[in-house]
Formats: sequence, structure tokens, C-alpha cells
Amino acid sequence: MKRLLILLLMIFAAPAFAQDTMPPAPYAYRQLDNPAQEEKAQALMETLRCLKCQSQSIADSDAPMAGDMRSQVRERIAAGEDPEAIRAWLVERYGDYVSYAPRVTALTWPLFILPVVLLVLASLLLSRRFRRGGTE
Amino acid sequence: MIAEFGLAALWLAAALAGLQLLAGALGLTRGGAALGAIVRPVAIVQGLLALIAFVALIVLFCQTDLSVKLVAMNSHSAKPLIYKFAGTWGNHEGSMLLWVTVMGLAGSFVALVERRLPEPTMLATLAGQAFVSLGFYAFLLLSSNPFERMPQVPTEGQGLNPLLQDMGLAFHPPTLYVGYVGLSIAFSFAIGALITREVGPAFARAMRPWVLGAWIFLTLGITAGSYWAYYELGWGGWWFWDPVENASLMPWLAATALLHSVSVLAARNALRAWTIMLGVVAFSMSMVGTFLVRSGILTSVHAFAVDPERGSFILVLLAIYIGGALTLFAVRAGSVSEGERFAPVSREGALVFNNVMLSAVLGIVLFGTLYPLVAEAMGAKVSVGPPYFNPMSALFVVPMLLVMAVGPLLRWRRDGFARVRAILVIPALLVVLAAIGVAAWGGIGVLPFIGLTLAGGLAVASLLPLRGRSLRRTPLATWGMVVAHLGVAVALFGMASESAFSVEKLVAARVGDTTAVGPWQITLKRVRPVAGPNWTALEADLDASYDGGKATAVHPQARFFWSPPQPTSESALLTRWNGQLYAVLGEEADDGRWQLRLWWKPFVTMIWFGGLMIGLGGLLALLGRVASDLKRYVARGKIAYRRERQGR
Repeated sequence: MKRLLILLLMIFAAPAFAQDTMPPAPYAYRQLDNPAQEEKAQALMETLRCLKCQSQSIADSDAPMAGDMRSQVRERIAAGEDPEAIRAWLVERYGDYVSYAPRVTALTWPLFILPVVLLVLASLLLSRRFRRGGTE
Repeated sequence: MIAEFGLAALWLAAALAGLQLLAGALGLTRGGAALGAIVRPVAIVQGLLALIAFVALIVLFCQTDLSVKLVAMNSHSAKPLIYKFAGTWGNHEGSMLLWVTVMGLAGSFVALVERRLPEPTMLATLAGQAFVSLGFYAFLLLSSNPFERMPQVPTEGQGLNPLLQDMGLAFHPPTLYVGYVGLSIAFSFAIGALITREVGPAFARAMRPWVLGAWIFLTLGITAGSYWAYYELGWGGWWFWDPVENASLMPWLAATALLHSVSVLAARNALRAWTIMLGVVAFSMSMVGTFLVRSGILTSVHAFAVDPERGSFILVLLAIYIGGALTLFAVRAGSVSEGERFAPVSREGALVFNNVMLSAVLGIVLFGTLYPLVAEAMGAKVSVGPPYFNPMSALFVVPMLLVMAVGPLLRWRRDGFARVRAILVIPALLVVLAAIGVAAWGGIGVLPFIGLTLAGGLAVASLLPLRGRSLRRTPLATWGMVVAHLGVAVALFGMASESAFSVEKLVAARVGDTTAVGPWQITLKRVRPVAGPNWTALEADLDASYDGGKATAVHPQARFFWSPPQPTSESALLTRWNGQLYAVLGEEADDGRWQLRLWWKPFVTMIWFGGLMIGLGGLLALLGRVASDLKRYVARGKIAYRRERQGR
């Protein structure tokens, strides 16, 4: 019971604290109170590139810019925006480079054809091998 | 003095590699048999000289000899000795020297102990090894001399990246390099066999221990690297499909395929050309990885263009070696017949299927890693990351795991599913039960769901080959397979559990505050300054109690290294049998509260336990193979000796 009380106190106290110090990126190191929303935000953040780092997502970086972007993502999720809409907004702002989930474009289509090509190649290879093998 | 000595040793080693290549090649001709005799000794001395050069560099680093440019640029007198030592390979030149040293020593080792290969194949193999070494010696001596002196001796060195000042670094790169470069032996064997056209079970049995050895180190190196990234980078991620990680994964995928196909070749004299091809591909992937990591191309294609010398050098080496080997393969593969036939449902059939699946995953990883470079060259920057790699590789990994569960139960040549169907009921039932259980838990992504359901069934299935056997008389190699396959199931479970059940908590805590993370209660006791040899830090005293139990103290630190100046966070880990608590201390807010990042990661350690088990399985198989080879060798020696005596 006491534990629950502390927890509740902390949950309700947090926004009040945040207001009197109000850093520029309030949600850089703070989770959303709604677990479902936080999970959504986390999933999105893990697929966005920290532009100031060498191959890290914004969910894995201490860089100030990553913090700013995390805060942006969380605020927008909290405002009810769709994760993919946020991604699109970031891509528009920073270019395709910011998203670890490549879109299908005139430039990236080979990436998405590849598994199909590999599947065809694999089945060709296997069927040839086994047809020859089967007719001994 | 030591620097010049090291440099001289390196030049000598390079010269001997040239001699080794020449003598090996001439030894294959009709008139040059006498020259062939010197190839083994030359190979041994060449490796030793490279080792001497490497030891010289280690000594320079341990002494912090600042007149040597590399030491001045990458070391600092105040660094702890262990990191001075490990810092030897924490930079471009040093790691390339480690590369050629391992390559040279691998050649020495082969020259010293390999007695089963026919002599011409042996000569061609050692010549091939020398040919590859020669290129990397040239690279080192002409564009990355580690022993270069400074025109003026600086008063202090510039220090080593603090992220690399960690015990993980001391052992991860050498382990990985032994694996990476150890694959050069498989490559040279393949080249040797292509030149002499001697591909058969005897060749496979000779090649197998070398492949196994390199593969064990590669497995352990990747496992260690993943754990290092997990605890050192401070965010609890263990795999990010980062190009550097992919560079180590690609040779592993190829080597895993090679390992299995070489076993088919040894047992059944089948898959000849395919095995040779994989031998070429595996080490080619090592070289591609080296190129990616060492050329600077990963940061940007443009960074590559700014300092193109090193990158272009390695690129030319790649073109020569990979292009050359593939050309040789294309020319000769036709004359190496595929060998024995087999039915689709058979041990070989399952192995071939998984070989193809592994190759497909390799294709995905290679393409996905290189594509951003291609795109950037065409003028657009794109990123390819986990959202691409995870589902695309799962497409091939899932069928592979299913076949892996069945394959070891099948007979060689020809079998029917009917025979194994009854045995597979238990694992299949487990998969179904797990699926129901996990679905009832709810809120789990597709991939973790598949992982969790498969892992249990796979674990049981991997033990099935032991069924009905006398455990004491089961060959070591079989134990090796069982342990390694079980390791795959264990690692898979860890991965799926981590991504499905991890709990994250970011809090701003005052001293005295308690936070709940999953089953844990974490209390911030105090934050105090501490100092190390080349850093100062703020250390938090946290009391962590699991499920209301006794509190354990954990101490995450926010470190500040002053040479070079860089903050790092030293995470604190608390390991239980069922997972790890991961705590990181962040910054202090204006109002006196401290940022804490806390994670509870159920069964995350299984990822690396699984990795270790895979490596251990390899080791058991290696021991089993070597022991039985030795036994055969000794028995054959006895027979020969007896015949000789009777002849007299």
C-alpha cells in the first residue's frame, strides 16, 4: 500500500516538478505517463537515427539532439499523433537518413526485391539439387 | 630502437611471405620440388617475425614511448597498464598489425601441424596464404606504418577513446580477429584444392578442424562484442545491425554454412564445389568487413573520398583476392564434380537447405549493409536498420530453425519423415503450448512471439539426437552438435524474452526516493564523487531489492575522462538467474534530482550464455575430431611401421 502511495505520489508529482524547471526538451529523459503511449514512442524512437552519432538510434544516445528528438516524439505521441505520421514529419525535415526503416522509393526498391530474388534463387538451387539427387 | 627493430621484423616477414609464395608456386612445377621443401619452414618463420613486430609494438605502448607517432596519438602515460597494453590494437595501424600477425601465425600453425593434406595441395595452400598476407603486409608498410616516429617528441599522448578503455576491449578484438583471419586458412585450403583439384573426404577432414577453430573464436568474439556494447554504451542494446556488427556477423554466417557443408563433404563426399565456394566466401566476408571498418567508408562515402589512400588500397586488395579466387573457382569448379547424390529428405538434404538459408541471410545482411553506401554514391542518404534486417532475416531464419530441429534426426542419403514424426511430437507440442501461453500473455510483437514459441521446442529437439544412445559412448562431436544447437535455442529465448518483457524506467530521483522497475524496488541512497587513474566520476549508491527481498548495493557511475575529455556512463548490472537489472546514472537536474535509467531485462543473459554454448559446442566437436584424427594417424603409423619391419 505504501509502495503504491509513493508510486502514485511520484506520478502526480512529476508534472508539477517539470513545470518549475522546464528544460527545453522536457521528455528527453522522461517517459510518458500512459504506458501504452510510452511503448509506442519507444518503438518509434528505436527506429530513428541519431543524426549526431555514429549508428545509434535516438533511443540509445546521450547526444543533446537525440534528447530533443525523443522529447519531440513523446510530445507528439502524447498529443495523439500516429507514429508513422511522426516518422513522415521527421523524414520531411531531416531526409530519409533519419529513419532506419527505409521507404520503398525509386532508389530503395532493390532492397525490397532482394528477399524475393533470394527466395527464387534458393528454391531454384534447392530444386535443381534435389531433382538431380532424386533421380539416381 | 624497439620501433626500428619492429619495423625491420615486419619488412623481413613481408619478404619471407614473398619467398613463401614464390617457393610454393615453383614447388608445384616439375623442376621445383626441391624449392617446395623450404615452404613450411619459411611459413613458420614468417609468422614468428610478424609476432615479433607485434610484440615490439606492445612494448612501445606499455612503455608509452611518445616518440612513436601511433603511441602519441592513441595512448597516455596516466592510463592503467592493461589499457596501454590493450590500446595496442585500439587503433587502425595496431589492429592491422594484429591482423597480419594472426594471418602469419595461422600459416605457421598450418605449416607446423597439418600432415594430412597431399603435399602439392599443401604447397598451394601455403602459397595462397602467403599471397594474401603479402597484400596486407604491403598495406601496412606502405600506407599504415605503425612504427612511424614523430619529428618532435610530444610531452604527453592524446589518449584512447574512453569507451575502449574497458576489459571488453582487451579481449574482444583479438578473439574476433583470430576468427576473422583464421578463416584465411579455409580460404587458402580452398585455393589449394582448386589448384590441385584434390577435393574429397580426406581434404574435408583436413580442413574441418581449421574451420571449426576459426568459427569458435568468431562465435566467442561476436558474443563478447555484443555484451560489450550492451553494458558499455549504457543503453542496454545488444545488437543494432550496425555496419561494424554486420561486418563480424557476415563471416560468421558464411563460416557456419561452411562448417556444415564441410561435414557433409567429409562424411558423404558430396557438396564438393559448394564447400569450396563457401571457403572462398567466408574469408572474403572477413576482408569485406575489414574494408568496411578500416576504410572510413562507414561514416560517409565522402569521408572515404577525403582520405582515399587506405580505403582504395584495401579495395584493390579485395578486388585482387576475392576477384581472383572467384575467377579461379569459375574456371576450376566445372572440373570438381558435385560428388555423391542424395534425396531431399535426408541429413544432407537438411544441411543443404540450411546452407542455402544461411547464405540467403548473408545476402540480406551484405546487401543491407552496403546499400546505404550505394545510395549515397547516387546522391541520396538512406539508413537501413533493425526495421529492415529483423523481418527480412527472420524470413529465412525461421524455416532454418525448423529444419535444424529435424535435420540431426534424419539418416544420411535417404530417409522419410514418417520415421521421425513420432519423435518430434514432444517439441511440436511444446511449440503449440508456448504459443498458447505467450498469446495469453498478450501484447508481444510478432518476432518475439515466434522466438519465444520456437525456443522451447528447439531446445527439446536439439537434445533428441542423444535419445537411445549411451551418453558415455556418444562421440564428442555429437555432443558438440547437441550443445551448439541447444545454445541456439537458449540465445533465441534470451533475445525474444529481452525484446518482449523488458521494463524500462526513466526517473528523476531525489536522494531517498524509491522507484519500482518490474519486480525491483530501487532506492537512491546518495551520489558521491570518486576518482580513477585517468577519470573522475559521480557514483550513485543504489539499493536494489527484488520482490521485497534483501537489498543489494549497485553503483552506476557517470565518468568523465580527462584525456581525451569525454563523458561515459558506466552502467551497473545486477545479475539474477532470471535476468539482469541494468542501472545508469544520468545528469543532475537543477533542482537536485538525479536522472536514473533503470531496466529489468528478464533472461537477457541467455543471449550470451547461448553464444557461449554455441562456442563450447564447437570446441567439443573440435576436440572430438582432433582426437579421432590423432587416433587414426597413430594407428596408421603403427601399421606402416609394422609393414616396414616385416618387409625387412
